[in-house]
Amino acid sequence: MANLAVEVANVSKSFRLYNERNQSFKETVLRRRRSSYEEFWALRDVSFGVRAGTTFGLVGQNGSGKSTMLKCITRILLPNRGQIVTRGSIASLLELGSGFHLDLSGRENVFLNASMLGISRAAIAKKLDAIIEFADIGEFIDQPVKTYSSGMYVRLAFAVATHVDPDILIVDEVLAVGDAMFQDRCMQKFAEFRRRGKTVILASHALGAMERMCDELGHLERGRLVDTGAPHDVVGAYLVAHGPKRPPAEPPPDARVRITEIEMIGAHGFQISRVQTGDPITFRMHYWAEDPIDKPVFTLALTTTSGVCAWAQHSRDEPMMPSSIHGRGSVDVDVPQMMLQAGAYGLHASIIDDALAYAYDFKPQGFCLEVFNDSLAESKGIAVLGGRWGNALNGSHLHPPVGDSR
Amino acid sequence: MIAENANRRTHRLTRFSGPSGIRDLLAAHELLRNLWLREVRTKYRRTTLGQGWSLLNPVAQITIYSVVFGYVLRIKPTPATSSGLDVFVLWLAAALLPFLFFATVVNTGALSLIGNTNLIQKVYFPREALVLANLFSCLFSFAIELVVLHVAVLLFGGTIRILPLATTILLTILLAAFAFGMALLSSVATVYFRDTQHLLTLLMMAWFYATPIFYPIALIRQRLGVDSTGYVLYRLNPMERFTAAFRDTIYNGTVPDLGTIGIVAGYTVSAVGVGHFVFRRLEGRLAEEL
Repeated sequence: MANLAVEVANVSKSFRLYNERNQSFKETVLRRRRSSYEEFWALRDVSFGVRAGTTFGLVGQNGSGKSTMLKCITRILLPNRGQIVTRGSIASLLELGSGFHLDLSGRENVFLNASMLGISRAAIAKKLDAIIEFADIGEFIDQPVKTYSSGMYVRLAFAVATHVDPDILIVDEVLAVGDAMFQDRCMQKFAEFRRRGKTVILASHALGAMERMCDELGHLERGRLVDTGAPHDVVGAYLVAHGPKRPPAEPPPDARVRITEIEMIGAHGFQISRVQTGDPITFRMHYWAEDPIDKPVFTLALTTTSGVCAWAQHSRDEPMMPSSIHGRGSVDVDVPQMMLQAGAYGLHASIIDDALAYAYDFKPQGFCLEVFNDSLAESKGIAVLGGRWGNALNGSHLHPPVGDSR
Repeated sequence: MIAENANRRTHRLTRFSGPSGIRDLLAAHELLRNLWLREVRTKYRRTTLGQGWSLLNPVAQITIYSVVFGYVLRIKPTPATSSGLDVFVLWLAAALLPFLFFATVVNTGALSLIGNTNLIQKVYFPREALVLANLFSCLFSFAIELVVLHVAVLLFGGTIRILPLATTILLTILLAAFAFGMALLSSVATVYFRDTQHLLTLLMMAWFYATPIFYPIALIRQRLGVDSTGYVLYRLNPMERFTAAFRDTIYNGTVPDLGTIGIVAGYTVSAVGVGHFVFRRLEGRLAEEL
């Protein structure tokens, strides 16, 4: 219990889902009640603690209650039951931007926003230059916020939330917006917060990034906290629950052919859900063809959590062209070395015709692969290129590297 | 461990206390200032007259009512007891301006929460600050109107003495607090029932005619009789007391008796109490009801 910055104890929160929302007196009088609604429990009996100076992450699928939890911590929502204790000042960045007034200039909004977080005008005036620089919006600071691009809007909101110097910073899904350069600066800002002993609470479904950034993760599923602990363990359990075993969500476009499962097989021939960078992996795509299909083309692709395609391959590229398939079967893609950086990747599989025009079956994001990397020789990006630093003057490679190679 | 941490705050659901306290609101003076500035900056943005509108509005209303009731219908004001004034326009304005101030606070207050949905759903701050900022913005205009009215009183040969002037200031503070209490009610009511804003327009119109503003109360007294139940009920209207008190201090140049001020203060305390209580009970779910 030592030094908890946030204590969440048995918090439950329900929303009213109105069947027929009526906000008029007439309806109320006629029906003798405001409206009929169903209770929807967004959070059920959630308890956890966040130690001061650590970064805590909430992971879970869309609608699992991550945002609701954060809004309860920031007091925007009031829990039905339970108790939340926070120690220290809080700044939050929920969804896109935090409550800017569109008609006011960026500068005026900075002052308004800061005062909502309890910061005095004098204190924020000193930091204004740093905010403008961080947000990188230059002379736009004196333009009404409604003229901003969405990127500028988010950058300014993030700049304000981090520069008011809160004890606790709460950020919801901010990693999904902004360009790569800004994302990079956000990461640096989070790292700086950590160094200075501040508490950060994040929510995201970007597993890879969350695993890297957080000291502790909590996994929410349909409003319940099903797991908390070290990021590595929580992500591992998450992938077991939501990874390869997850049934395909939507019905196939063509019922005659179906991708029934994708197995991921490791070096020793066992089924795996995570792979270490540099290790071999085999993707085995199981299919079922009700009618014979001529010259099918199998495709497989891996995308990052931000949707960038990291790798894709057609069986025609290889080439591997079966003349026809019928009934139950499987095809393998052998990858001798997984050359991707650590992170979570979406696995997309499809069976298409040989003109690459018609998809018999398509499983977008149907499966999930986690890549981990214990050695971390390269720190950023998608690919591992196996680069080595050398000394150009005497031409000799310094191996093992002198000092820290990171 | 609890005691040593000054920043610790707890919010727990109890039935009668909301998530924030009056101290939160007072600590948020910086926020109030910024919200008020925002209100002032955006209200008349991109209008040619700008702030001029806030003065033009009451002037236009006074002119219209003066022509209709003072000139066409020939309603006679009661001559001022102490100042010797007998000017319909001033007699009207002394009661009309306070009523308009009250009506504006309640009407615009009704929109102060639903008009700030984006703020309420994104940041936590004491929600009453929005209603309070709106009150200050109206109060600012009202203060200017009162100054102009006093200048007019002087121009028409009236006098301004210190005691009635001090009472006017006291009455202004009481009326502002009374209007704040009512605006707290209208603001949350509008969130839960959007009809409130339209109903309020009707209510305010009825309230306006039920208050002796453009007609002297003597007319009602004659019609109903001093001891009749109707007249007693008529006088329960808080705005009747308020406008009469303002008319006493500004137009008559007298100080209303302590009983009237006591009644007015009583109405104010009740309005703020009830408004605050209801607001506290309902503000917890604002973010989701909006």
